[in-house]
Amino acid sequence: MSAARMSLSTLPAVSPRRRRTDRIMRGLLVLATAVALVPLVLVIYYLLKKGLSSWTSGGFFSSDPNGNFFGNPGGIRSAIFGSLEIVGLATAIAVPIGIAVALYLTEYGRESRFADVVRYFVDVMTGVPSIVFGLFIYIVLVIAKVGGAFTGWKASLAVALLMLPIVVRSAEVVLLLVPSSLREAALALGAPRWRVIARVVLPTSVSGLTTGSLLAVARGMGETAPLLFTVSTAFALTGNLSHQMNTLPVQIYTDIQSPRNAIEARAWGAGLTLVALVLIFNLIARLISSRSRMA
Amino acid sequence: MGASATTVSGGRSALERSPLSRLPDQLLQWILTALAAAILVLIGYFFVRLIGQSSTSINHFGFSFVFGNNWDAAHNIFHALPLVVGTLVTSAIALLLGVPVAIAAALFLTEICPRRVRGPLAIVVDLLAAVPSVVWGLWGVFVLAPKLLPAEKWFASTFSFIPWLGGGTVNLYNYFIAGLVLAIMILPIVSAIAREVISTVPSQDKEASLALGATRWEMIRMAVLPYSRSGITGGAMLGLGRAIGETIAVVLLIGSNPILGKHLFSPGYSLAAVIANEFGEAANEPIHKSALFEAGLVLFILTLLINIAARWFVSRGTHGKRVAGGAMTGVMLEET
Repeated sequence: MSAARMSLSTLPAVSPRRRRTDRIMRGLLVLATAVALVPLVLVIYYLLKKGLSSWTSGGFFSSDPNGNFFGNPGGIRSAIFGSLEIVGLATAIAVPIGIAVALYLTEYGRESRFADVVRYFVDVMTGVPSIVFGLFIYIVLVIAKVGGAFTGWKASLAVALLMLPIVVRSAEVVLLLVPSSLREAALALGAPRWRVIARVVLPTSVSGLTTGSLLAVARGMGETAPLLFTVSTAFALTGNLSHQMNTLPVQIYTDIQSPRNAIEARAWGAGLTLVALVLIFNLIARLISSRSRMA
Repeated sequence: MGASATTVSGGRSALERSPLSRLPDQLLQWILTALAAAILVLIGYFFVRLIGQSSTSINHFGFSFVFGNNWDAAHNIFHALPLVVGTLVTSAIALLLGVPVAIAAALFLTEICPRRVRGPLAIVVDLLAAVPSVVWGLWGVFVLAPKLLPAEKWFASTFSFIPWLGGGTVNLYNYFIAGLVLAIMILPIVSAIAREVISTVPSQDKEASLALGATRWEMIRMAVLPYSRSGITGGAMLGLGRAIGETIAVVLLIGSNPILGKHLFSPGYSLAAVIANEFGEAANEPIHKSALFEAGLVLFILTLLINIAARWFVSRGTHGKRVAGGAMTGVMLEET
């Protein structure tokens, strides 16, 4: 004991040079983290500063853009509803298919060669630029004029393609967390596989699946490029997904390119709306996941 | 027990399910497998159709589509070198500016930051990924580009002796400003993967170096970084894939000029940007349209190769441990 303490006390102190390097490098790491946060703070600051005034201007949420070159350019009602409708349909397509593929990966495919290939290509899909998905749908459906040229549901398909890999990979992570003892217990009691999946695996992981799906929704909501090639744009509010529709991202994109101040202001207001929607989906997702962890 | 007690008619065990009740099980397995296979078929089908649509341009221009320096829509000449260069230059700027910051932030969050702040801070960094690219474009056009213009002018005239950097006129929209916004956009995914990879460094390695008297930074430099180098490289390459394919923010900020820029602050063009921008006017010109599809094809193949390489690095970098799917898709579930 005492010998150990003695030898400790005789250890040479860390040299000033090494201590200085340590301090400087730590400082740099802190600085870099701060730098990483600057753009987020700035973008939110400007969105609030320039967007809130359009929010409070009359009819921003209750009128559609009118295309008038002079006077009031109109609000963003049709854009909000168009975005929600398109992403809603995309979610209805991507979430069931995505969870089904994830179920295949965890319950049937597992470590098999084919499952690994599927996993690999799903990962590769996440790296495909969103504009390429837009081109895919354009080539397959828009050029062929399947049910009209530019339509809302084609945009939904393009967005669903983007969301699919996110849903699959996040669902797989969550499904793997279901303890295999639960599955085995149900199987040992004589339940067939499909009942094990429907009654044990899915209910146990429902909150995690919701989280992943909501994050995919948040991602799909903000995509612009695929919309340009699939739904184009429109002014009027429509509930009909087989028409051209207005969407928030495309509205912002076209508004940015306008030289008029009133339209720039609408772009900021629409940008604030879009970020608010995306953040809401993100926050709900994180709330659900943190709540389920506590339980 | 005798055999007669456990078998029913047909000779199967009483504990065995009847063929009819086994049907839903097989059906489910079959459907799920078919869906998984459908994804592969779909990707292949898209690829073939994309090649088909760009065949006019491929036959017409051959390899000069990629290496020829003349993109002239008015005369239907489509040699995309200026666009390829624009894509590569902006992505390189994004990597140069974004990756060091992303890695530093990841190191801070995993190794230095107090445990209590770690979770919330990580979420805030991830929120960067929640801002849609059109909003980055909006902010870039109306705030960042005009505010940075004086600084860019000063930089270009001060360092005008360095080729590529300065000397010419500084455009409001240029390669640099597009690359800067790309750097911001790839930061969260690179940082998320770096965090994931760094967290797989065995704590014995770190504790051993600390016990040998290393300072925190020396521990990071000698234990953490060598172990996670490959994984971080993979993360950076995933970021590169993102930067190459990013469209909307770039189209708004790069200046839309299909001529090879002379220096960093010249206006340029990128592959993705040209597709989004010229798409409308190309509608009645088959060769123009086909050229845009070929630009998409080049983009697709480029990002595919980069992603495949990136995944190889990441899987090697985590030493066999599978990185959670969340990080790969760029969507982080909360860290535990």
